[in-house]
Amino acid sequence: MQLLRDATVVFRRQVRLNLRNPAWVLLGVAQPILYLVLFAPLLGPIATQIGVENAYTFFVPGLVVQMGLFGALYVGFGLLAEWREGVLEAERVSPASRGALLLGRLGRDVLQLGIQCLVLVGAGYAFGMDAPWSGALAGVGLALLLGAAGSALSNAVALRTRSEEIMAPLVNVVTMPVLLLSGILLPMTLGPGWLRSVSDVMPVRYVVDAVRSAFAGDLAVPAVGIGLAVTGTLLVLGLTAGVLAFRREDT
Amino acid sequence: MIRTRDLRMSFDTGRGRRRRPVDAVRGIDLDVDRGEIVGLLGPNGAGKTTTLRILSTLLRPTSGTVEVCGHDVRTAPREVRRRLGYVAQGGSTSRRARCGDEATDRGMLYGLTRRAARERAHDLFDRLDLGDLWERPTGSLSGGQRRRLEIATALVHRPELVVLDEPTTGLDPQSRANLWDHIRDLRESHGTTVLVTTHYLDEADALSDRLVVVDHGSVVADGTSDALKADLDGDVLTVRLADPSEAGRAALCLRAVLGHAFSPTDDGTLTGPLHAGSGGLAVVVRELDRHDLAVVGLDVRRPTLDDVFLTLTGRSLRDAAA
Ligand SMILES: Nc1ncnc2c1ncn2[C@@H]1O[C@H](COP(=O)(O)OP(=O)(O)OP(=O)(O)O)[C@@H](O)[C@H]1O
Ligand SMILES: [Mg+2]
Repeated sequence: MQLLRDATVVFRRQVRLNLRNPAWVLLGVAQPILYLVLFAPLLGPIATQIGVENAYTFFVPGLVVQMGLFGALYVGFGLLAEWREGVLEAERVSPASRGALLLGRLGRDVLQLGIQCLVLVGAGYAFGMDAPWSGALAGVGLALLLGAAGSALSNAVALRTRSEEIMAPLVNVVTMPVLLLSGILLPMTLGPGWLRSVSDVMPVRYVVDAVRSAFAGDLAVPAVGIGLAVTGTLLVLGLTAGVLAFRREDT
Repeated sequence: MIRTRDLRMSFDTGRGRRRRPVDAVRGIDLDVDRGEIVGLLGPNGAGKTTTLRILSTLLRPTSGTVEVCGHDVRTAPREVRRRLGYVAQGGSTSRRARCGDEATDRGMLYGLTRRAARERAHDLFDRLDLGDLWERPTGSLSGGQRRRLEIATALVHRPELVVLDEPTTGLDPQSRANLWDHIRDLRESHGTTVLVTTHYLDEADALSDRLVVVDHGSVVADGTSDALKADLDGDVLTVRLADPSEAGRAALCLRAVLGHAFSPTDDGTLTGPLHAGSGGLAVVVRELDRHDLAVVGLDVRRPTLDDVFLTLTGRSLRDAAA
């Protein structure tokens, strides 16, 4: 199938480029460990207060979602750099399908986020996280789907705005409320009623809940189904926006 | 191979109240036959790049018909892309990537196997004097090397039609001559059609079978360089005065005898056309002598493309390139 073949060509090129920058690869792996080492200890003392037995079992799923999504939202900056170098235009005069140009890049992002998530989960186990393997893998899988959605969206925004200066504040405007209102760092149940109502409209909150359930070993609960549905919707939206952006004639 | 009719492109610039359209291409009719090498000339902002980007399916024209390699760019862009090689004015490779990888990957996007793409890329590297740069990151190349790499990457899939936007900018004379040889060779051995923009008139003159001059988004001349020069009617006369401060008086005097204005320069030279049947040099010399204007140099030459360009667009191509 031509789409997959073209996407593979793009994917391999992108992975090769990332591997040629070892400092960047190291940073990508070190980042999740730093989170775990520097933030999780703060949670230990208040674990019982927020109603969890094991701070790591609570916190690692949140981190997995945060990494999956936030890492992905920044990939648009890389695409703008490629656009400035004329690489994007060169790929667009080739007969490769526009979808493949996006998919190949999403593949690179998912691969990279996947590795980061696995390092994080592995470290979580080392610190004493208590979660079944199958549940943890399912949780990571869901976070990666969310990451793919975020990456597609970020690419779409990059191609629409064609400007780092517009894109940077835009990404911030999205990440700040998502970080604070989706229960990534602390459970929203701690907050007052109005805060909980606000968090009810944050799609990412449902993904966080689902990933947490998965890590707890509860795969057959409604929360997982809802999280999956929300992620699926975001993915469809992201892919649509991304493909449309790649298809659009250049200016 | 290429056929456009009343091709128009208008860009929207600015937002809200400051919004206004820029008419980059205003009704271009361009025909290029299979196996032809055509040079597209024009000053900065004439619409050359815009035209090439439309032909390469990167831009959708505002109106007009465009057929490239037998297919409509609007309805069958993929068929066009398969057959076309495009060398952009601004570059096409990533600084971090290795030269060989960039060329190979580009070929693979056109459906070549890795092995075939590598083989052809190696071959092109040899021809374009890039032989030992295969493993180098493109960011470490000199400007001219990088330009040649970009040309190589656009040729890996052996396109029927090659569209090059100022391919020789930044190349030294030897690399330029080498590239011309390669372009001619493409035509000889594969029957490749070539459309190339350039600011170098000698290049357009030496390389192209035919020239199309555009200005302000329209074609102002189309023909072989000999035909364009012949259209200029007559030769170009340059008079160098002993005393530069007399240039103004000399210009009046020349106008009286030849019937048209000569543009004086500060260094005391005057240049203008010398039409057949105007009485010739003898009259000019006699007239200048009669007014006590001492002449240290007198030159009559056939018009160059630069003169053609100046006449057609009112601008010298050298100014335009600056
Ligand atoms: N994306 C765009 N948006 C707005 N205006 C544009 C755009 N691209 C080109 N133009 C305008 O269209 C006109 C033609 O530009 P074009 O790049 O085709 O010129 P050119 O002949 O290639 O010039 P040069 O010799 O400098 O490369 C210019 O006035 C330019 O400013
Ligand atoms: Mg141009």
